[in-house]
Amino acid sequence: MLDLSKYQSIGEALRDALIQYSNEVCLIEADREREKERLTYRDFKEHAHPLSKALQEGGFSAGARVSIIMTNQSKWLISGYAIFFVGGVLVPLDYKLTPDEHWQLLKHSNATVLITEYPIWRQLSASAGPAAAPSVQTVLVTEAPANADLAGAQRWEEFRGAGEPVFIARKRQDTACIVYSSGTGGRPKGCMMTHENYLEQCVALTSIYPFWPGVRYLSILPTNHAIDFMVGFFGPFTCGATVVHLRTLRPEYVRESFTKYKITYVSLVPLVLKNLQQGLQARFDALPPGRRKVFNALVRINKALTKSRPRLGISRRLLKQVHEAFGGELRAIIVGGAFTEPQTLQFFYDLGIPVANGYGLTEAGTAITVNDLKPFRADTVGKPLPGMEVRIVNPASDGVGEVSVRSKTVMAGYLNEPKLTAETIVDGWLLTGDLGRFDEAGHLKLAGRKKNMIVTEEGKNIYPEDIETVFESLAVKEFCVFAANYIWPKRSMAGEKLVLVLHLEPGQKYSEELRQDVNARNNRLLNYKRVHGAVLLDEDFPRTASLKIKRNVLAERLAKLDSAAAILPL
Amino acid sequence: MRTLEQTTQEVLDLAAKHFQMPAGSLAPGDDFFKKLGIDSLQTLEMLSRLENHFGIELPDYEVQGVSDFKTLAERIQSRL
Repeated sequence: MLDLSKYQSIGEALRDALIQYSNEVCLIEADREREKERLTYRDFKEHAHPLSKALQEGGFSAGARVSIIMTNQSKWLISGYAIFFVGGVLVPLDYKLTPDEHWQLLKHSNATVLITEYPIWRQLSASAGPAAAPSVQTVLVTEAPANADLAGAQRWEEFRGAGEPVFIARKRQDTACIVYSSGTGGRPKGCMMTHENYLEQCVALTSIYPFWPGVRYLSILPTNHAIDFMVGFFGPFTCGATVVHLRTLRPEYVRESFTKYKITYVSLVPLVLKNLQQGLQARFDALPPGRRKVFNALVRINKALTKSRPRLGISRRLLKQVHEAFGGELRAIIVGGAFTEPQTLQFFYDLGIPVANGYGLTEAGTAITVNDLKPFRADTVGKPLPGMEVRIVNPASDGVGEVSVRSKTVMAGYLNEPKLTAETIVDGWLLTGDLGRFDEAGHLKLAGRKKNMIVTEEGKNIYPEDIETVFESLAVKEFCVFAANYIWPKRSMAGEKLVLVLHLEPGQKYSEELRQDVNARNNRLLNYKRVHGAVLLDEDFPRTASLKIKRNVLAERLAKLDSAAAILPL
Repeated sequence: MRTLEQTTQEVLDLAAKHFQMPAGSLAPGDDFFKKLGIDSLQTLEMLSRLENHFGIELPDYEVQGVSDFKTLAERIQSRL
């Protein structure tokens, strides 16, 4: 691995990695059963430098912002590197957002260049269009059909300059990426991540989960996500490892890729991990009684032998068929983005597949704590990573308080939001809004949230304010969306839901017509953003002088209701 | 060549069968996440069944943001 302490920027480290590991395979891209592309680090450089050169010939200046909206594929990483090489700031956006949300964030980030895929561009140009974000001057589109109408965009494949681009140096404290942790509603939260944030996080993570040439990382989480950006791009590249991209995420092809490419690591969100667990459990349950008995005995033996630490060699021999289904070389499944149920983590560990469970947030530079497997603990989110100072603010008698963190990986702040930044980072400590406590072994145990938001099993952060616009002009006196856990705190982060609080007009009833209207509006939201139920409150919402709802006061009033009875199904 | 109505009906029948819903219980305008109570992963599984049935390849991006059977059927129809 490169000694990252010597580097000032992501671009500088990647530049040297491409030279140091030039003959190693860095990327494999497959679409269903077809392998589309296999690039060495040398090939990667040869693809990226003409793009850097073309950007420079177009007058690109250091610090200019470039957004990438793409699914996981080689051109994502090639573009990312090309941007860092010329000193640009990367704005990775979630390709699953709607076109309007994309335009809103492009505008907010002040991106001047957009790099995207043709199917995404087709939708973007057909919606609000470039007028929605006037800062975007150049649009590069990958994989456009020969006769496609590019609506003012240029073909990525043809956007190439001749000759070597000039490397533009950046400092550790310069912004490397603007990552939106949430906020497609009224208040986008663009985390300004510095080069130092990534360099330090990479050193910390790879000290526990190392990469080296020959390691194959299967990239499934979207690359715009902080986890995949780190363990599916920067981490493996600075170690000479290989990243495998799949152009379809159909479960059958994902399964096949484990054996086909002998995957070493994969990152998954809890939803996918749980789905894998259910699939495996169904197969175990279908075993004939005799074989099942033998299998269960082998699991018990494995469990006993791996109690203090993982022993991959032993587990692979004992539970050969299970491990072969994962390619036989899987070292760990990294799970993140949301809370994972301990029972799911334990299931995989008992099979000899360690799950790298941890806790983090974009604002902290991805991971804050990770399970170091010494020994494996399913009931915690692990210990703080090297370089992370974690403390519990205002702990209650049971030790539970707000988790706060101080580290070189904490973001510089929210873009254009000095007040919000000052509220979030106080005296150098990032207040996470999550509640937790440390146990005697130094492991962090999470215990709910202080903030009004939810994280879905798919790893999506949903803030109630962001989805309220869909209910605007609803025929009620007033309404408000809340995370149910914020009103009725429970010491868990599993099964988080949103509720719509309605204050009806005098004499108004919660009629079938109103329910249908709420449902119709709710269905306009992407499925994971939808509210789960309605709560009726027969009193005026408390408001500030500027008529903003005092959400914390309202939540206190709602807390007096019995949650089980108060939440009406939609 | 199937008509869009036929394609839609076949999509509904197949989804009902795959998720063990009573025949005829699904309508073109239904939101399949809600009606079938499925998540995005199960949707991908359903798509694979539909691809096999219709003998087509439906790239993931074609169904990005689609949540009702009617639009899904239209996307399939455009590839028949």
